[in-house]
Amino acid sequence: MLSRKATCKSHGEDSSYFLGWQEYEKNPHDPVRNPSGIIQLGLAENQLSFDLLESWIARNQEPTGFMKKGGSIFRELALFQDYRGMPVFKKELAEYMAAIRQDRVRFDPNNIVLTAGATSANEALMFCLAEAGEAFLVPTPYYPGFDRDLKWRTGVEIVPIQSSSVNNFRIIPSALEEAYQHAQKLHLKVKGLFITNPSNPLGTTLSIHELDHLINFAIDKNIHIVSDEIYSGTVFDSPRFISIMEAIKKKHLENTAIWSRVHIVSSLSKDFGLPGFRIGMIYFNSKTLIAAATKMSSFGLVSSQSQFLLSKILGDKKFTRNYIMENRNRLKNRRKTLVSGLQKYGIRCLDNNAGLFCWIDMRCLLTSYTFEAEMELWRRIIFEYGLNISPGSSFHCPEPGWFRICFSNMSEETLDLAVRRIKALMDSSSPNAC
Amino acid sequence: MDHMLRNEENLLSKIATNDGHGENSAYFDGWKAYDADPYHPTKNPNGVIQMGLAENQLAFDLVQEWVRNNPKASICTAEGVDDFKDIAIYQDYHGLPEFRNAVARFMGRVRGNRVRFDPDRIVMSGGATGAQETLAFCLADPGDAFLVPTPYYPGNDRDLTWRTGVRLLHVVCESSNDFKITRHALESAYNKAQEANIRVKGLLLNNPSNPLGTVLDREALTDSLAFTNDKNIHLICDEIYSATVFSQPDFISIAEIAQENVNCRRDMIHIVYSLSKDLGFPGFRVGVVYSYNDTVVNCARKMSSFGLVSTQTQRLIALMLSDDVFVDKFLSESVKRLGTRHGFLSRGLAQVGIGSLNSNAGLYCWMDLRRLLKEPTFEAEMELWRVIINEVKLNVSPGASFHCSEPGWFRVCFANMDDETMRVALGRIHKFVAQKKGGEASSRRQCRRSKLEISLSFRRLDEIMSPHHSPMSSPMVRART
Repeated sequence: MLSRKATCKSHGEDSSYFLGWQEYEKNPHDPVRNPSGIIQLGLAENQLSFDLLESWIARNQEPTGFMKKGGSIFRELALFQDYRGMPVFKKELAEYMAAIRQDRVRFDPNNIVLTAGATSANEALMFCLAEAGEAFLVPTPYYPGFDRDLKWRTGVEIVPIQSSSVNNFRIIPSALEEAYQHAQKLHLKVKGLFITNPSNPLGTTLSIHELDHLINFAIDKNIHIVSDEIYSGTVFDSPRFISIMEAIKKKHLENTAIWSRVHIVSSLSKDFGLPGFRIGMIYFNSKTLIAAATKMSSFGLVSSQSQFLLSKILGDKKFTRNYIMENRNRLKNRRKTLVSGLQKYGIRCLDNNAGLFCWIDMRCLLTSYTFEAEMELWRRIIFEYGLNISPGSSFHCPEPGWFRICFSNMSEETLDLAVRRIKALMDSSSPNAC
Repeated sequence: MDHMLRNEENLLSKIATNDGHGENSAYFDGWKAYDADPYHPTKNPNGVIQMGLAENQLAFDLVQEWVRNNPKASICTAEGVDDFKDIAIYQDYHGLPEFRNAVARFMGRVRGNRVRFDPDRIVMSGGATGAQETLAFCLADPGDAFLVPTPYYPGNDRDLTWRTGVRLLHVVCESSNDFKITRHALESAYNKAQEANIRVKGLLLNNPSNPLGTVLDREALTDSLAFTNDKNIHLICDEIYSATVFSQPDFISIAEIAQENVNCRRDMIHIVYSLSKDLGFPGFRVGVVYSYNDTVVNCARKMSSFGLVSTQTQRLIALMLSDDVFVDKFLSESVKRLGTRHGFLSRGLAQVGIGSLNSNAGLYCWMDLRRLLKEPTFEAEMELWRVIINEVKLNVSPGASFHCSEPGWFRVCFANMDDETMRVALGRIHKFVAQKKGGEASSRRQCRRSKLEISLSFRRLDEIMSPHHSPMSSPMVRART
């Protein structure tokens, strides 16, 4: 009676990533009302810099208000449904994107396609680049939402590029080739690479060598590169962020075929902590794709109200520059708080310079080196210690025992409490474990 | 630089390179002509007037007044900024409870509170565009089909089929009975699908209709429901124009029929809605999927991740639509103005012998220009349309783009402009018809008259016309001088 899509599980919501959220919803921590509730450490959200945005708004009532021109701004916004997006907003967005890449890359506003969040952008890209049954190679570990966003309604397949803790989960050429061959064996035509840089869940940025390998591979196999750079505004430490566009330019490939096959996805959900506003984008060099994706964006346009507000915020260059810097500092400090706390109790964190989370090594707590043991540990951590952290298996990590723990979606006090609970977990474990 | 990609188009999907987006249809050519030369009363008085855009701009003053008096509705005001953080981080695809409650309440009010909508069944989508596509993904597999009565909104082709792989099969409706849907037409379309081995999954109704501007009566709705139950297929009702019904007969929602018919298959009924037409807010992208089927609600909700409504907008809408006093005032005033504008246009057309389908809803008239065609073919319709765009400088939409089975019908929108522009547009139509039929002398006399004047020369025009084509004998709106 219903479609196959409606009755299958490809929406991915049965993953432990989302089950942990559900447990949190049932028993959420609140410092006053429910101090023993579950602390949400599984939500990659940036709540550290809202005060900056709020004070900006308080100072900028007039430009952001609907009262301008006697209220006719409201009317203009209410009627604005041009899928090419608001020109002033795209201009500011292009400049903002360049600013967080230290102006090493320039972006043409006309090459930006706006979408309702990166979720919508990623799906639209798959619809544009691949047929049902074709595949994209995705480095593991990767964001669980990709299983839904890239595959569910598109019918596109993900073939994982394996990684190892031995070299900190870096991408190596042999792994790319292996993944490609694996796809061939499965009779899946590979249409491209899908990378996330900075990485979720690792929080690391790709080195210029990794980017070179990826570019060379994509040239050799004649495939696309999609670079999801949604966390590019959260790079708080060295090494500096290198965008795929910068890497391509460095190799002087602007006039070659690969130029048209490189695409960037981004959003304001992570940098600015505005996931509710659904502001996503795709950046293309290819005019053909700009045209196709723009039409497709009809299914998920950005509210004109939000385009207008953000064009004002981003248009305040002084504020934006200051916000970028201050936000980075706060993220850096928050990470430091978490990492030093964890290290004190014997938990190693992957060295990361970006993102809203840490990738932590809990292998020492596994009863056996298996994913079943990982799930067992995860259940203990949620139900006995009241912490929703995300198990590595939900990110398709090739090795058990790794977890992602978010640090920017709660107050300092709550984070301290979380670290104390981890101490309790470690105290209760075998003394030789870690 | 892009030549590289063009040469290697096999690197893009079929979806990216085919015409499934529908934008190469004539429907959009007119828009392009308008974009290239848009009318402006002072800056470009000879430009193309946009009459191809079904938008409701007649009651913005009421909305603006409400916005001015309710600064808390915006999270960017001193009154609203305290909620900024909570709103900005809220990304739950269930949507803000106050938003869902307000939308459910509003939908009930639009239907005279004869039916109640459950806020837990309200699922967000990227406009009605997103809602249509989501339902297609939920109800049908690639290769399956929906039946759609013609003429229908061209966007359905893109929304229901482009990325879904679902097909649309026409239920042909004819002018001889005012394009009403007949059981015979439904059965005929269904049987054709069976013969071609195409699995039909549902029937899509648009009520009030775009482009007809008519509402379905109780019999048509119950018949359609009986038909879908009989064939065990879904019934999707796009009720996007539900609050644009400006005169009798009353609007009857499928929700009312579902309520009245205890034996019907409720879990096969789904409603598409949006605030783009009733309130005039297409820019805010507020679409709704409302289904009586729990699995569909759950699935559509997960899919809504691809087109959620900005929480900034959810909050504004929640406050606005919870204001009963405002809502009642808006709804009654909006339809009053729509009715007045519709009357002005349809009478103005009739004065020059142009009939239009008797309609009581929507933001447009379904104009009968058959007698202006050189011959009763779609080629002639295209030719006439190009003349209307390029010479008369009006972007109206040709019936062919709505898959109308008969040439000569055009949709002309009336709610997306002010009174003066409407008068200018009507004046151009009068001039065009006079020039076409009356010859040089008549048109010279006409040019001396004001655009507003109801002139006796038009009556002379009617007398010149052959009685065979006289609008007096058609079931259309009667000409009045």
